[in-house]
Formats: sequence, structure tokens, C-alpha cells
Amino acid sequence: MSESFIPSRRGALKCMAFGSAGTLFTLSGGVLMPSALGAERPAGLPLFLQISDTHIGFNKEANPDVAGTLKTAIEQVNLMPVRPALTLHTGDITHLSKASEFDLAMQLMGGLRAGELHTVPGEHDVTDGTGEEYFARFGAPSRGKGYYSFDHHGVHFIGLNNVMHFQPAGLGAFGEEQLAWLKDDLAARSSSTPIVVFAHMPMWTIQESWGWGTGDAEVALGYLRRFGSVTILNGHIHQIVQKVEGNITFHTARSTAYPQPSAGVGNGPGPLKVPADQLPGMLGLTSVILKQHHLSVADTTLA
Amino acid sequence: MRFIRIVEFAGAALLLLMASARAEETTLKIKDFMFMPMATTIAPGDTITWENDDGEPHTVVSLDGAFRSKALDEKDRFSHTFDQAGTFKYLCSIHPKMVGTIIVK
Repeated sequence: MSESFIPSRRGALKCMAFGSAGTLFTLSGGVLMPSALGAERPAGLPLFLQISDTHIGFNKEANPDVAGTLKTAIEQVNLMPVRPALTLHTGDITHLSKASEFDLAMQLMGGLRAGELHTVPGEHDVTDGTGEEYFARFGAPSRGKGYYSFDHHGVHFIGLNNVMHFQPAGLGAFGEEQLAWLKDDLAARSSSTPIVVFAHMPMWTIQESWGWGTGDAEVALGYLRRFGSVTILNGHIHQIVQKVEGNITFHTARSTAYPQPSAGVGNGPGPLKVPADQLPGMLGLTSVILKQHHLSVADTTLA
Repeated sequence: MRFIRIVEFAGAALLLLMASARAEETTLKIKDFMFMPMATTIAPGDTITWENDDGEPHTVVSLDGAFRSKALDEKDRFSHTFDQAGTFKYLCSIHPKMVGTIIVK
């Protein structure tokens, strides 16, 4: 395919019409390029996994078996020719923040052969206000704040928490303390360090009336703009929406649990029921490939 | 004379009825990402029960900390009895654009 595509959901769907639902898309330098699943990739190339919105505990019509679809996704990862070095979960691990849901999620994720697991909370994980169950299990790296950073393979990873300071307009927010921490965290980094930011709510406004955005994201983006390669991985909306702005690539992932309607279509961002044979094609995972200091994002579906 | 007696009797009966009026229970529905109705007026001692009719979980959280539900799945309910008079604004903490008010007077 010689056309270059605008890296939007429409572009991805248009490209998928040419390939099967098992096509891998690599977003590199603002261009979405398809390749067959299982295509050759040089051994030893660092690979990271983004998994999102597993919603363990959900059991309604849109998907009565979210544990089953998560298992399918995990099996798919375990069959990949290159094992991911680490996994980022961009939140909504559980559906109702219950202890039993977290326990089952951790049990299932334990079967994933994909390096260390790093998480950020989704709003479904902290419905009790303090996020007691979430932070009891995943709070250590961030000392109970939900935001933290670490380095891996020369990439600087930053997990951010934008689900505990909701703005009156209904958008997510980081809050001043976290933004001050982010500024400080980036200050000593050289601009050639590849950066991956992962947070649950989208860090740009996709649909304000549905709360699909982060009110104070502009402040964070201001600190990130000087870097040569920034990849922002979000979840929350259960579908892929992407854009590239300068050196920053924004990407939201599919859910492994259930799809949601396109922005603004219908009454609100609830679970979307689709025919059973279409469901696996709307659920999936994301791989992020490090290539010469630049990160490429690739999405796969369950079928 | 008899007429006046009937009126007196009716008046006394009415007073008795009002004096023994029981605390009311009102059910509000949560549907299509809205609290319905958005504003409700009740009397002190009344109870409000919220019922979630959406496929998406919601919470009921008062802005002043007076009450907070856990995450309500579809068909789950949460009740709160309002003993004090006042205006109680609340929202859904998962979808904070969803707001409602209970006026107690």
C-alpha cells in the first residue's frame, strides 16, 4: 500500500478494509503502515505492550465474559514471536473497584508472558474515592499517588493519574501537585530521551460532553514538547483514536472487555452491544516498538 | 348546628391526619447519564433512593461529604435519609458532568 494515511481511527478502519482483522498497524513518523501479523521483526528489538480497560467484574450484555476475552488477549501475546519487555495497563483494571475483581484480574494477568506489569488507575478502579483496593495492590511504585516514572531500554516511562481530581466540566485532571512533580521529573532529562507517558483518560479533548479529555493536559504537554520523541498512551474510550502533533504521538487503545460508541454517537459513553461475531474484532491490545530512539505503535485485535 | 359540627369534625380529622403523616420515600432514576429529575424537593426525615438504570456504573456523591454511595451497577440502589433541612448538591464521581440537587425544607 503506497498511500500514507492520516493516523486517525477512520484511517485505521479504511486500511483494515484491505487487510484481515489480524493486521498489525505500525504508526511511524506520522504514517500508518500495515503489515501481516507475525511478520519478521529483528530479534532483540525492545517491545512494550499496552493493555487497557479490562473491566474485570463486568457481566452485562455487551460482553458477559470479560475474563474470557482477557484470556484470549493474553494467549495472543504469549504466542508473539518477540516477547514484550514490559506491559503497561492504562487503567479500568476492574469494573467496580471490588477486592474480588482485583484478585481475579491479577490472577489472569499473572498468565501474561510479557515482562513487568506497570499500571495506572482508571476511574472504575477508584470508585470508593480513596482507591483503597487499587493502591493496596499497585500503589508501591507511586507511594500511593498513582503517578511515577521509571526507565527501561533507554526509554523514560511516566505513569500519570488523571482520574482522582475530576474537573467540574467532567474532564479528567492531574492537579497541581502532580504537574509540579512532572516538571521536576523531566527537568534533568536530555531532549533526545524517548518518552512514553501512560495515563487512563485521553490527554487531549476527544469529546468534552462525554468527559473524554484531561482539563489540565496542556500544562503537561508544555513540559513534554521539547523532547524529540514522545508517545502518549491512554485508554478509557475503548477504541483507537490517534493523532500526531509535532514530536508527540497520541494513541488510545481498545478495551479487552467491550467497545464503546464513537465520540458523540448516542446518549453517552456506555457499553456498546454488537453482534457476537463482531465483538472480538473490536477488542484488542497495542504493541509499542522501539526503533532507533523512535517509538512505533501497533494495534492488534482478538480476531 | 349539625353542619357546623360536621365541619368541626372534618377539620379535627384533617389536623389528625397531618400530624401523623409518615416520612416519605422517593425513588430517583439514573438513566442515560442523568439523574432524573435533576432537582427534587423533600421534607426533613424523607428518604431518597437512587436506582441505576444505565449499563454503565454510577456513584452518588454529595459535594459536602454528607453521603457517598459505592459504585452502583445496573439495577443497584442507594438510599439516604435527609434529617436536616438544606440544599444538597451531588454528582457521579465516575462521570462528574452528571449532577443533581436535593432541596430539603
